[in-house]
Amino acid sequence: MSQNAEKVLDHFNLFREPEYQEMLKNKKEQFENPEPADKLVQVREWTKTWDYREKNFAREALTVNPAKACQPLGAVFAAVGFESTMPFVHGSQGCVAYYRSHLSRHFKEPTSCVSSSMTEDAAVFGGLNNMIDGLANTYAMYKPKMIAVSTTCMAEVIGDDLNAFIKTSKEKGSVPAEYDVPFAHTPAFVGSHITGYDNALKGVLSHFWDGKAGTVPALVREPNEKINFIGGFDGYTVGNTREVKRIFDLMGLDYTILADTSDVFDTPSDGEFRMYDGGTTLEDTVAALNAKATFSMQEYCTEKTLPFIAEHGQEVVALNCPIGVAATDKFLMELSRVSGKAIPDALKKERGRLVDAIADSTAHIHGKKFALYGDPDQCLGLAAFLMELGGEPTHVLATNGSKHWAEKVQALFDGSPFGKDCHVYAGKDLWHMRSLLFTEPVDFLFGNTYGKYLERDTGTPLIRYGFPIFDRHHHHRYPIWGYQGGLNMLVRILDKIFDEIDNNSNVPAQSDYSFDIIR
Amino acid sequence: MSDKLRQIAFYGKGGIGKSTTSQNTLAALTEMGQKILIVGCDPKADSTRLILHSKAQDTVLSLAAEAGSVEDLEIEDVMKVGYKDIRCVESGGPEPGVGCAGRGVITSINFLEENGAYDGVDYVSYDVLGDVVCGGFAMPIRENKAQEIYIVMSGEMMAMYAANNISKGILKYANSGGVRLGGLVCNERQTDKELELAEALAGKLGTKLIHFVPRDNIVQHAELRRMTVLEYAPESKQAEEYRQLAQKIHANGGNGTIPTPITMDELEDMLMEFGIMSAVDESVIGKSAAELAAAV
Repeated sequence: MSQNAEKVLDHFNLFREPEYQEMLKNKKEQFENPEPADKLVQVREWTKTWDYREKNFAREALTVNPAKACQPLGAVFAAVGFESTMPFVHGSQGCVAYYRSHLSRHFKEPTSCVSSSMTEDAAVFGGLNNMIDGLANTYAMYKPKMIAVSTTCMAEVIGDDLNAFIKTSKEKGSVPAEYDVPFAHTPAFVGSHITGYDNALKGVLSHFWDGKAGTVPALVREPNEKINFIGGFDGYTVGNTREVKRIFDLMGLDYTILADTSDVFDTPSDGEFRMYDGGTTLEDTVAALNAKATFSMQEYCTEKTLPFIAEHGQEVVALNCPIGVAATDKFLMELSRVSGKAIPDALKKERGRLVDAIADSTAHIHGKKFALYGDPDQCLGLAAFLMELGGEPTHVLATNGSKHWAEKVQALFDGSPFGKDCHVYAGKDLWHMRSLLFTEPVDFLFGNTYGKYLERDTGTPLIRYGFPIFDRHHHHRYPIWGYQGGLNMLVRILDKIFDEIDNNSNVPAQSDYSFDIIR
Repeated sequence: MSDKLRQIAFYGKGGIGKSTTSQNTLAALTEMGQKILIVGCDPKADSTRLILHSKAQDTVLSLAAEAGSVEDLEIEDVMKVGYKDIRCVESGGPEPGVGCAGRGVITSINFLEENGAYDGVDYVSYDVLGDVVCGGFAMPIRENKAQEIYIVMSGEMMAMYAANNISKGILKYANSGGVRLGGLVCNERQTDKELELAEALAGKLGTKLIHFVPRDNIVQHAELRRMTVLEYAPESKQAEEYRQLAQKIHANGGNGTIPTPITMDELEDMLMEFGIMSAVDESVIGKSAAELAAAV
């Protein structure tokens, strides 16, 4: 009896029952054409060697497990950061299901997003009718204040012209003529989700600042003292944005967070469903043109947006996901320089506390080797923090990292004795990382949820970091920016280090002489 | 982009002589002191051979395929300078039978825009294959790209059919963007009443016949040497024709119109009007010449 209603076995145990074991064994033997077990072992061992690594790195026409997602995911992420805005992806439904589920699995929140539901006929005849109907339906059913359009591969391959399509849709009465429909072309086969974030944000800003696609005069900048802030594509957006707001408030700054996703990905359970929550108001988005300066926390998420803003006359400051003492110092000092406001004592005390915490624990991190992968800025920020702690970021890999990024990481290595034996890998994937971990092992691996396969394969303990994290909950609620964020990161790293020490010293009467209460 | 920059495009049926006409005309424009960038949007990549004296230029897409991706390219890699400092780029496309050529055009034009290829030129000229069949081949007529379209045609029915189709494409974008039909350029094929037909079609489409380019073998002689007539035989009569065409295009800025494409029936009616086709006698359709002779 495999299952019974009195005592329901969950899947952990159910499939270990003899009848299932036998079934799986038969399936393998009869239908899977298996290789002999010893050959499997032999090949598996070979894939751990330098010989295999060299072949792996000579790979040209194949990517295995890229550590990146596609442009529209970033475009959707940016779009939901505006007040009552519905992201509208011109393309097929399946793509949109992916963005929604990806974001929802990470943030554990619903993600509202619609598609123009293109199918085969639209691929042949163009998606104009899908745009016309889609905009009309979205406007009527979900009553957003703004619809932000982006595209999938399908619409991009056939070359649908969003500007013309949206104008035609308005002429056909899908939405009122003056209704805001910013757009961005986000071909998924170019760049990654950070490129899509960049394009979508620039699309929204250019819509409001440069005359709404030629329908109204472009705005004229009237400079004021406000500061704009862009977080970039950030899996910690809820905690980070709130931490940044706290810092700005402590400093007494007048500011606008552009694409503020902190509330929409953290709506309270109080009996009321919020399809839209928080976000940058459209008025603030318009007025952001007048700000004195714009800060981007992630340079590689704003490669087009920042120059666009600079062209409109603002100072722009680009950071690389600042984590830890020195990076936060730089962030605050730049804020202070640009705004003319002093850094308050409250923040100085937080700094001291972080320094104190690092000093308390440094012996456990000093000299440890780490591998990390993720988005370009998040790699830069974390690598700098690890070296600040005395750790060595031995392998730093970003599938969506550029040559420019690799040079920047190398410069970071060159600036610290801890970076001496460290290497940067731009454009490589997680199968490359696997070879690195086998041939040049490290103590810990940083990466998103997909890193757990590398952890299982190579035995390198995984510290979850970045996006997406599907299999641990609520990390996105805790900041990694600011001194407070540095403390969170420090604790996360230490927890894993101590867990590992415990795991390695817990065999009774064999290794328990080191199974200490105090670490 | 400077206000003075003029972006024009040559469209037309395949084999009609777009590339030849455009390169000769652009060469003539340089004599008038104009700085020119040619963007070839034809997978054959022959839009710049007469200017560069080369078989075919390395295309953006083939170079991108070598380098790994378009982002890895520099503008110097893809842009070559030829006769009279004309800058040349070919977008290229996939091998016949695979991939999407239209996408190649989109990728190339985006790359050129982002990398400042348009800075400091007076004219950008797009040379585009065939009809406006997909978003890629329509790319040059989207807003902020070519403002004036010149359709190269002849007195042959299919060339006129294509000209009418291209007008439909322009009409589609004319209302949302600023693209206009600059006019028709008739490349003589020595068909019956060719000039009159071309003028009549121009009238139906709400535009004008910019120039009637007579047929002259000197064009073939120049082509074999991978040269424009302007360079090969600057004193020739044909070179003078291209100079006139260039002057007319230069003077035509801002005079473009929104085309008024006609139906297939109207096109056939027009041919009948000129006596090229007799009134449609249902009994002759589908009959071979021999069958018709036997029936008499």
